[in-house]
Amino acid sequence: MAEAQNIPVGSTTAGAVAVAAESTVATRMSAPPSFDVADFPVPHGREEEWRFTPLERLRGLHDGTAVATGEGVKVAVEAPEGVTVELVDRDDPRLGRAGTPVDRIAAQAYSAFEKAGVVTVPKETVLTEPIRIAVHGEGGLRYGHQVVELGAFAEAVVVIDHTGDAVLAANVDYILGDGAKLTVVSVQDWDDKAVHVAQHNALIGRDASFKSVVVTFGGDVVRLHPRVSYAGTGGEAELFGLYFTDAGQHQEHRLLVDHNVPHCKSNVVYKGALQGEAAHAVWIGDVLIEAQAEGTDTYEMNRNLVLTDGARVDSVPNLEIETGEIVGAGHASATGRFDDEQLFYLMARGIPADEARRLVVRGFFAELVQQIAVPDIEERLLARIETELEATV
Amino acid sequence: MATLEIRDLHVTVEADNATKEILKGVDLTVKQGETHAIMGPNGSGKSTLAYSLAGHPKYTITGGTVTLDGEDVLEMSVDERARAGLFLAMQYPVEVPGVSVSNFLRTSATAIRGEAPKLRLWVKEVKETMERLSMDPSFAERNVNEGFSGGEKKRHEILQLELLKPKIAILDETDSGLDVDALRVVSEGVNRVRETGEVGTLLITHYTRILRYIKPDYVHVFSGGRIVESGGAELADKLENEGYEAYTKGGASA
Repeated sequence: MAEAQNIPVGSTTAGAVAVAAESTVATRMSAPPSFDVADFPVPHGREEEWRFTPLERLRGLHDGTAVATGEGVKVAVEAPEGVTVELVDRDDPRLGRAGTPVDRIAAQAYSAFEKAGVVTVPKETVLTEPIRIAVHGEGGLRYGHQVVELGAFAEAVVVIDHTGDAVLAANVDYILGDGAKLTVVSVQDWDDKAVHVAQHNALIGRDASFKSVVVTFGGDVVRLHPRVSYAGTGGEAELFGLYFTDAGQHQEHRLLVDHNVPHCKSNVVYKGALQGEAAHAVWIGDVLIEAQAEGTDTYEMNRNLVLTDGARVDSVPNLEIETGEIVGAGHASATGRFDDEQLFYLMARGIPADEARRLVVRGFFAELVQQIAVPDIEERLLARIETELEATV
Repeated sequence: MATLEIRDLHVTVEADNATKEILKGVDLTVKQGETHAIMGPNGSGKSTLAYSLAGHPKYTITGGTVTLDGEDVLEMSVDERARAGLFLAMQYPVEVPGVSVSNFLRTSATAIRGEAPKLRLWVKEVKETMERLSMDPSFAERNVNEGFSGGEKKRHEILQLELLKPKIAILDETDSGLDVDALRVVSEGVNRVRETGEVGTLLITHYTRILRYIKPDYVHVFSGGRIVESGGAELADKLENEGYEAYTKGGASA
């Protein structure tokens, strides 16, 4: 059930549980999923899926005026032995298998990319070192497509690291074979001007486990669409997210877990801290339990911590249940405020103001930081939280 | 010997777009080892005195001085006052989600003592103090004041008092909302700190009940934003029998 606590001015938290004959998640989109950008009308901003997004700051990604620069965004893949790294043409059968673009920018990216990156971990290969994909912007505009495929019983950690200044629209597909285990850490550590819009599609094989950690710090506009569906029973998805939204930044995470197969699990935990004038975080959490998905076990949660006046959170968990034969389904959303009374309490115990704020924010993020499981990323993240806090107005 | 001196303290608060004077010239001296009870009816300004001394931003000091061993307390930030040796046990301690009690206590002790306490000694110290306050060890892993009952919040305040060892402790209605058992446990904690002889205690209360457990050296009656009568412990007995009526009639309208 939805709960909302301590909602500061300028925040909304809404929740809905729909027992639907027809999916509202599907009907509230402007057009059905498609690989062709022409199937989507140019958004005007009032559509359900665009109403929170500042279209004027998307640099033309949404209306067809954004032209790829050819260079200015570099992608480098570093992979341990045994992993295949390829660049393939758009007719490669592995592309688009994990999911279909659900909005105009994802379809635009699919329609416009030139070569796709494919990283393959062969079956039963267990990697001890992460695969690292570094996307570094040097002022360019890029449409990208990346596939990560794990064969049956393969295990891998993938770190996708976004830095620099870029305008990037992309689709990222994760295909997990039966019994495979994939952890993906996607870090959005962009410079202030960057615009990043992407759809992540995970297709989880029978008894496979997928863990996604999305970490968003930088950028002018970041709009990510992590989506999960299952290819067989016994699949598990854990979707963790952590964002720190500063003055003027728009950071939007729109998740969908489609329980289309019986006896699968999903757990979604996203947490965000906001500070500064016009910092705007949007979290949409859609979970669909289809009629055939008996035995589903799902939970989703979004927590926001507002550190200063002027920040805004929109948090919308949405659970649609088409069968009652499930193990569990729940959702929660709450936005709290680090307020003057908490600050006073900690300071009255001798703790200086900046340390008090750090204590609260570190505590807030602690459980998620532990989920990252890639030590150098964890350290960088903690350091980045420190820097963000020092910049507090 | 540490001494807190309050001289002619005037404090205002903003309410409903108007400035209201709450404290109208408070004079009080609290020395290390002494216990002063401040008693008064609701709305007399007792809690305002407590929060003003701790530096809460809601209150504006419009006149007077407060010094601790000659140092100007009013010039200090909230955390500086705490590090200088002032402690306020709050009537309504706030929840701090995401921060565990153990992390909070250690961060606070590190700030007050000027260095991180040695871990093994610290763990032992916290454990023993919690045991004496009848607090379950699992308490340390909970978030500060989150979901605490009224009694747990007050025990947690006194736990901090015992660990932080201030020079001057201000207890703001620590007894309110406690049943007799909790009141006894909390009072014993306060008495342990008092018995060291190293703390000056300012006990703010509405009721005489707590004074059966914590014997004050001085009792002050607070009304209309100032101290209207001072005496020894016997003054509390008088209040017990006669109530505040004699003070509110003349005092509050002043």
